[in-house]
Amino acid sequence: MQKIIEASDISKRFGETQALKDISFSVNESEIFGFIGPDGAGKTTLFRIITTLLLPDDGEMKVLGMDSKTEFKELRKNIGYMPGRFSLYQDLSVEENLNFYATVFGTTVKENYDLISDIYSHIEPFKKRLAGNLSGGMKQKLALSCALIHKPKLLVLDEPTTGVDAVSRSEFWEMLKKLKQYKITIIVSTPYMDEAMRCDRVALIQNGKILSIDNPEKIKQGYSRKLFSAKAPEKYKLIDALRKYPETITAYPFGDSVHVTFTGDKYDSSIYTYLGKLGINDAVISVTEAGIEDRFLELMNKAE
Amino acid sequence: MMKNRVIIVRNLVKRFGKFIANDNLSFEVYEGEIFGFLGANGAGKTTALRILSGLSEPTSGEVIVAGFDAKKQPEQIKKNIGYMCQKFSLYEDLTAKENIMLYGGIYGMSKTLIKERTDELLDKLNFREYGDRLISDLPLGLKQKLALSVAVLHEPKIVFLDEPTGGVDPITRRQFWEMIYETAYRGITVFVTTHYMDEAEYCDRISIMSDGKIVALDTPAELKRQYNAKSVEEVFIKIARPKP
Repeated sequence: MQKIIEASDISKRFGETQALKDISFSVNESEIFGFIGPDGAGKTTLFRIITTLLLPDDGEMKVLGMDSKTEFKELRKNIGYMPGRFSLYQDLSVEENLNFYATVFGTTVKENYDLISDIYSHIEPFKKRLAGNLSGGMKQKLALSCALIHKPKLLVLDEPTTGVDAVSRSEFWEMLKKLKQYKITIIVSTPYMDEAMRCDRVALIQNGKILSIDNPEKIKQGYSRKLFSAKAPEKYKLIDALRKYPETITAYPFGDSVHVTFTGDKYDSSIYTYLGKLGINDAVISVTEAGIEDRFLELMNKAE
Repeated sequence: MMKNRVIIVRNLVKRFGKFIANDNLSFEVYEGEIFGFLGANGAGKTTALRILSGLSEPTSGEVIVAGFDAKKQPEQIKKNIGYMCQKFSLYEDLTAKENIMLYGGIYGMSKTLIKERTDELLDKLNFREYGDRLISDLPLGLKQKLALSVAVLHEPKIVFLDEPTGGVDPITRRQFWEMIYETAYRGITVFVTTHYMDEAEYCDRISIMSDGKIVALDTPAELKRQYNAKSVEEVFIKIARPKP
């Protein structure tokens, strides 16, 4: 299989900040590859290097078989980039923005309309509206249409779903999936762990380093301990009590429960007596499956 | 036991010309509760939030926040609430201490009380070394923790949080939620608006708005049961599909 991206030992520093440190990975054709990590992890810097907008201090970045340093002109024609900040022309209409991007890349909207029709049809009824007056979900669809209009081989999406509601986000991921039939490779970044499950493979990234790369299911399975979920009406007291319990290794709030690990990966009924003494009588503890976020937490703790 | 109600909304309607942004909303929020206020873009959350915080007047209906009427006593409401949003809460070009002083002053706290609370707060957050640093030099996680502390500096009855944990790493996020739990445990009601449904899972109760109406209101567990869904996200997608 052809490698769409091959990154070897990429490092980038801004003054005293080491934004990326020895990053290596490769992306296969037609893959949806996710970079999952918090703000400041280095996602945007990495994407700017992939899109030839920044040069790495060290390392080699090959994209579509081309060197990002020397063959950037050719490369740019084949990349569609949607930056994190909405960067279309707010004072041009929907239609004008799309035509503009098509023209810049020497093509027409008509020529590649089939590629975007599915996405663009949602906003086409508003084609005369100024881009600045669109809702968040519609802006996102227009930006995606503009990034696709020259039929790029690689689509680079930097936090496309930040600030967008859950329904629009879900629709957005469905659209990305459909692009596979056109053999478009997609790399996408997000700070939201739950979106990892939508990708074919993901890299967990933190402080400029990749903590793990795999398909999301395998990353979850990498969780090294047995994980328990504890519930009680008074969560604040429960977390505190569990942390002080001698057999507890970790205890973190997780949605409506507390995720706990114990020495020896087990607990016995004496924990209920212990909690009862602290005034927590209705606690329920059960085995639970670790999610991506649990694994990310574990890897972060190891990295420190 | 009758729970104390800190927000009472009855038949709230807000119109902008012909457009009905809030269509007959009725709900209550209790003391010390963590209440999640959800809805798609354009569902009417921001309008409701502006009314609840005394910034906008209801067209009709009754809104009581912290014991004050949103129509007649909006200034009293403003004094008794706190607000923090992810995008902006602290002045980047002031130090941590200066921000605390500024907000304390705005809320009319005495200089001695501000000094006392500043010391308390910096100790509690292990923040001593950061007190004299500019906010722009602090990592996002610290900023957010400080922003929440500043939003409750004047011990309001309610604090409104707008997408509070967006973009932070999982460890910081959990520390932040523990701060929220602690805030609620102290009796301050926490009113959270967010687009992130896994954040909603942390709330005691949630409401979901769609097209100006509240279409669901219950505990996350009960809503998941009712809609036969594994997550709040699934519930949301089932019922909150926005207008195109």
